[in-house]
Amino acid sequence: MIDPTKTHQTLEYKHGRPLLAVRYAAAGGAIYFSAENTPPQRLVPGADGAEATVSPLEGGHDSWVKSLAVLPDGRGVVTAGYDGRLVWFDDAGKTPQMVRAIEAHEGWVRSVAASPDGRLLASCGNDRLVRLWDAADGRELAVLSGHESHVYEVAWRPDGSAVMSCDLKGVVKEWDPSAGVLRRDIVTAEPLWKYDPTFRADIGGARSIGFNTDGSQLALGGITKVTNAFAGIGKPVIVLVDWEQPAVPDKVDQAADTAASQGASTKAKAAEATGVRQLLGKGAGDGVCWGVAWHPEGFWIGQAGGGGGGWLRFFQPDATEDFHAIKLPTNGRGMALSPDGTDVAVAMADGFLRVYGLHG
Amino acid sequence: MAANPACRSADHALSRRSLLGGLGVGALGMCGGLAATPGLAEAVKSGSKRVLIVFLHGGVSQLESWDPKPGTDTGGPFRAIPTSVPGTHISELLPHTATQMHRLSIIRSLDTKNGDHGRGQREMISGRDQPAPFDYPSLGAVVAKTSTPTGFSLPGHILIRGAGTGPGSAAYLGPQFAGVAMNDGKPPEYTARPEGLTGEADRRRAALRSRFNDRFAGRRRTADTDAYTFSYDQALDLLDQREVFDVTKESVRDHDRYGSHEFGQHCLLARRLLERGVPFVQVNHSNYDTHFENFDFHIEQLGEFDRPFATLVNDLTERGLMEDTLVCVMSEFGRTPRINDRYGRDHWGTSWSIVMGGAGVQSGGIIGRTNADGTAVEDRAVDHGHVFHTILQAIGVDSLGEFHVAGRDHPIADPAKGPIDELLA
Repeated sequence: MIDPTKTHQTLEYKHGRPLLAVRYAAAGGAIYFSAENTPPQRLVPGADGAEATVSPLEGGHDSWVKSLAVLPDGRGVVTAGYDGRLVWFDDAGKTPQMVRAIEAHEGWVRSVAASPDGRLLASCGNDRLVRLWDAADGRELAVLSGHESHVYEVAWRPDGSAVMSCDLKGVVKEWDPSAGVLRRDIVTAEPLWKYDPTFRADIGGARSIGFNTDGSQLALGGITKVTNAFAGIGKPVIVLVDWEQPAVPDKVDQAADTAASQGASTKAKAAEATGVRQLLGKGAGDGVCWGVAWHPEGFWIGQAGGGGGGWLRFFQPDATEDFHAIKLPTNGRGMALSPDGTDVAVAMADGFLRVYGLHG
Repeated sequence: MAANPACRSADHALSRRSLLGGLGVGALGMCGGLAATPGLAEAVKSGSKRVLIVFLHGGVSQLESWDPKPGTDTGGPFRAIPTSVPGTHISELLPHTATQMHRLSIIRSLDTKNGDHGRGQREMISGRDQPAPFDYPSLGAVVAKTSTPTGFSLPGHILIRGAGTGPGSAAYLGPQFAGVAMNDGKPPEYTARPEGLTGEADRRRAALRSRFNDRFAGRRRTADTDAYTFSYDQALDLLDQREVFDVTKESVRDHDRYGSHEFGQHCLLARRLLERGVPFVQVNHSNYDTHFENFDFHIEQLGEFDRPFATLVNDLTERGLMEDTLVCVMSEFGRTPRINDRYGRDHWGTSWSIVMGGAGVQSGGIIGRTNADGTAVEDRAVDHGHVFHTILQAIGVDSLGEFHVAGRDHPIADPAKGPIDELLA
């Protein structure tokens, strides 16, 4: 029985190099993770306490892999690298085999995500583009332009009807994957982005992204209330966007003005009227929300890491503060929820993959 | 302090900021006191050479710039790319600069033993160990003093900055050689004639002030009065030359080539000043103090640095200025080879890099070497003292000489150090 208040560590695997990203295989069982300066790995936990089996995903990249997309039906995994490449691995055999590598983006590929039916891939990167690919053969199907800064995250709506992307400045766009066109802009820039005038640089963007099961809420994890960009002094945050929020910026502004005129006493309340809400941890230290996931039992999970240490935090969908949190041994840099919802795996900066059971 | 009325050197002047608030004061021509010092007279071989410092504030990462270590545990995610010098690679974040590396040399073996911002800035810009505030003149002050042509009416030491520390100290050299700041690239403060004051009225006012000054100086001249007089005279000069500081006078094409952002505009302004013979120009670029998300921020900052800097080096070369202009890209220190748990790199003075070129220094070279993971210097360790000697000798100043100020001899550079001879060969 799922009970986040009983969350506890169930597996710890030492890889050695600081981890970057983690994903579960679609059918569960295997866990894929990436790390600084080593090939991505596939880990299969041993049964009944036996040692885990770990196999590298060799080849294709000559830089870090920051994102992994798992294809359904055991069709393998696609890795996205800071070398600008997407690399396909077939995972049907005993050890994963590289199938193809393509030059996907100019500069870093920051995120790759598979469509719910596994037929398509969406990727994004520092070339300010979102690209759609045929997952079966790697053909490019669409180039979606419009972002004006590096695109940090990309995700599919659970029904496959939309691709969402978020850039460094917190600008969120909804794309029509069938037509390959922009449907609408969603404004979330205020909480997720800041230009730091002291350091003369932008900080922000979604560092994690996810939908709830019915696609009525989009969650964007990142950093907010930044006081020192270059030290990462700011609060980890999950920005929740209602799918039905006003579609274009001027309507968002109008909605906020209307809410304010009707007595919304604070800017935050006015913002809520636009369908954008922030989840902040109770007494959260500094850091970034590097992982976010919706649990089918009806709560959000956020994984934060930074100057305030590493945390898993659990939020009810209608609350703004967590109802439970556990401190992690060190900073996590990515999180994945197992397909059956019983565990979360965290990619950690100390070189460990740790798995936490959400049950007694 | 009484001044020698026969000497109009500003060596004896007091802090100009304490006297004048914000007005910048440039370099005087060399006078008898300076030339009478044998060491310095020998030191000043040429008044026509210039220095351009590009100071990357906060401490640029050597691993993301001049000394990449791809594929190592400390190397980070970026790859190394070939440059215009066969066999020399730099970070992929610097593709434009890579095309200019045959005009520059990399010093990969800085060991400055310091991780403090303020101290690092003082030491790199003064060539001395300076844990405390300035006791020694900055490079700009030394260059202004030794290399400003006689009769040159612009400041000899100009700092263009958007952010970063203020004008370099002149210490015992006197306030005339301290840096004049162009904050946000704007002309020095108080160099515009007030509205409502005509040029003729201003000249009459200056003449009256001059008469009062002369009468006062005849009886009670001091270093303070010299500083006042110099400052007013230079302010008048600058009123008439204000367009020197106006980067909008450059062509649209050049604005496009350098970019419209702050650093691009500042590099274009630096070219403008160097073309007009300003002996020392420093351009600050801020900020590189990336304890968090070092890699993202280096994409952003070096992405801004790369093209304007490469364009400037290319332009200086094509316009014939590079052979008389020493160009150096430096920081107060480098960044830790170890990547912290927030994707950051911290302060590191043990094994880091700078770049130098022009003014006849060896180009296309690599001085020194770090070990495989960049945690230590393996060959030819140098520090700020050696860099200071090298820059001065490259522009014809005998850095082993001395300044003679108020009866005291001051070595121009740290006498315990010397130049990096390989670069001067």
